[in-house]
Amino acid sequence: MSALLEISELTAHYGDFQALFGVDLVLGQGQTLAIIGANGAGKTTLMRAITGIAQVTAGTVTLDGKRIDPLTAPDILRAGISMVPEGRKLFPSLSVEENLMIGAHARKGSGFWNLARVCELFPVLAERRHQPSTSLSGGQQQMVSIGRALMSNPSVLLCDELSLGLAPVIIREIYAAFPTIRESGTAIIVVEQDIGQALQVADTVHCMMEGRITLSGRPGDLSREAIHDAYFGITHS
Amino acid sequence: MIWLDTLLQGLLLGGLYALFAAGLSLVFGIMRLVNLAHGDLIVLGAYVILGIGTAFGLNPFVAALIALPLMFLLGWVLQTVLLNRVLGDDILPPLLVTFGLSVVIQNALLEGFSADSRKLPVGPIEAESFSIGSVSIGVMPLVTFGSAILVILCLNWIFYRTALGRAFRATSDDAVTAQLMGIRPKRVFALATGIALVVATIAALYLGARANFDPSIGPARLLYAFEAVIIGGLGSLWGTLIGGLVIGVAQAFGAALNPEWQILAGHIAFVLILLVRPRGLFPRAYD
Ligand SMILES: Nc1ncnc2c1ncn2[C@@H]1O[C@H](COP(=O)(O)OP(=O)(O)OP(=O)(O)O)[C@@H](O)[C@H]1O
Ligand SMILES: [Mg+2]
Repeated sequence: MSALLEISELTAHYGDFQALFGVDLVLGQGQTLAIIGANGAGKTTLMRAITGIAQVTAGTVTLDGKRIDPLTAPDILRAGISMVPEGRKLFPSLSVEENLMIGAHARKGSGFWNLARVCELFPVLAERRHQPSTSLSGGQQQMVSIGRALMSNPSVLLCDELSLGLAPVIIREIYAAFPTIRESGTAIIVVEQDIGQALQVADTVHCMMEGRITLSGRPGDLSREAIHDAYFGITHS
Repeated sequence: MIWLDTLLQGLLLGGLYALFAAGLSLVFGIMRLVNLAHGDLIVLGAYVILGIGTAFGLNPFVAALIALPLMFLLGWVLQTVLLNRVLGDDILPPLLVTFGLSVVIQNALLEGFSADSRKLPVGPIEAESFSIGSVSIGVMPLVTFGSAILVILCLNWIFYRTALGRAFRATSDDAVTAQLMGIRPKRVFALATGIALVVATIAALYLGARANFDPSIGPARLLYAFEAVIIGGLGSLWGTLIGGLVIGVAQAFGAALNPEWQILAGHIAFVLILLVRPRGLFPRAYD
């Protein structure tokens, strides 16, 4: 397995407050990686640091062998990393279709994902293309946010808490799109508080606490207790 | 019948005010920047047209065609080297900088062209008019009005039908998330200010053709433009057109009652509308 995305010793600050303390992660080609952790663990900060909208103060991020941490957010998107941000963040003055189209703003050439493919993935969006994005339900908005991120044909898709505020049946519907996304060749990082969901979709799971990765492994190799302890910061000595 | 005539003259004048306001409205809608130098940039545009016309012996309409790309470039440069640096969460720095810019432009024009009044020599079209029934309509005011409608139509088309317009709206909604789409907000802003100065130059052509201008008249044009934008509702281009018409009509009726009341009547209309609709006539749903 060759590394597609390699994060090493990543540190990030909000002003004087340090939110990440030397995070290391490796994402392989076509892999799905899950990051779990309690509120305030630094998961969103990590996603924002990778995409260039949070300030990286030390460490490196490498995509396909090229360092991307010095780049600006728009250039990191062009390099091939796309994000479904926490809270969906649709553009309220754009229609559903325009929200999807803006995802392809920087795209050159063709790729697997386009408007038709996204509408195939989430058929409900096709019916609502011309509606204001604010008129959709939370689940449908999440679908738009995923579709929008796919429109740039990223090599890495970051998903920050897809399940936030959604009913279990809707969460299952959204995660049902993952196999297709993986088949399109996109590697995925999911951030989840829903541990069960994370263990189901991921090849590797990483637990975060207070800005550090405290536990890593394959879902099958990690015991419920170990995850539980890492999640809540219990140490057995 | 005199009232109908007054109404018509007011609407035609309002077209000019809408042209003053359209660029201001566009820039505010996209980057929440109140450009206090907008009026002076219009006056600058008039001098650029005058300068090109005089230097090459061209009719102002032709000279304006050359001025348009130059002013676009000026807007682009202005945004890139100056305004982008001061835009941020705090609205005070851009206000101060554009206020300073206003002073600089006025003084530069004073140095370059003196305080003498000038006028753009558009030729015989200036005096032409035709009558419908008992009302007489000037050709230039009508052309101005038509241009205002056309400009608003074009801006709306850009805003709602093109990829650039989509980027404008997305950036205005949420500049951080827009960057996640690969949009570079500063470049988007530079294009927006370029377009705003193109519209300002069109306004300058009709301003200079209609009446005398000198380096000091910018701030008053800014005030009319500002009132038109607020009356229409921030961020709505059609609202800005209506806002311009409201001020034009109010001024025409004020002047009909007493010539000294023209300007005052416009300001009173502005205050009255704000009392009834504090967010203007067509406020944007998301702010
Ligand atoms: N804009 C900000 N300014 C200052 N501190 C911040 C900011 N955003 C986050 N933080 C702090 O950084 C730490 C990590 O926050 P982050 O949002 O990354 O956590 P998270 O793991 O995503 O939490 P959640 O599960 O609630 O989304 C927290 O202590 C938080 O208070
Ligand atoms: Mg978070």
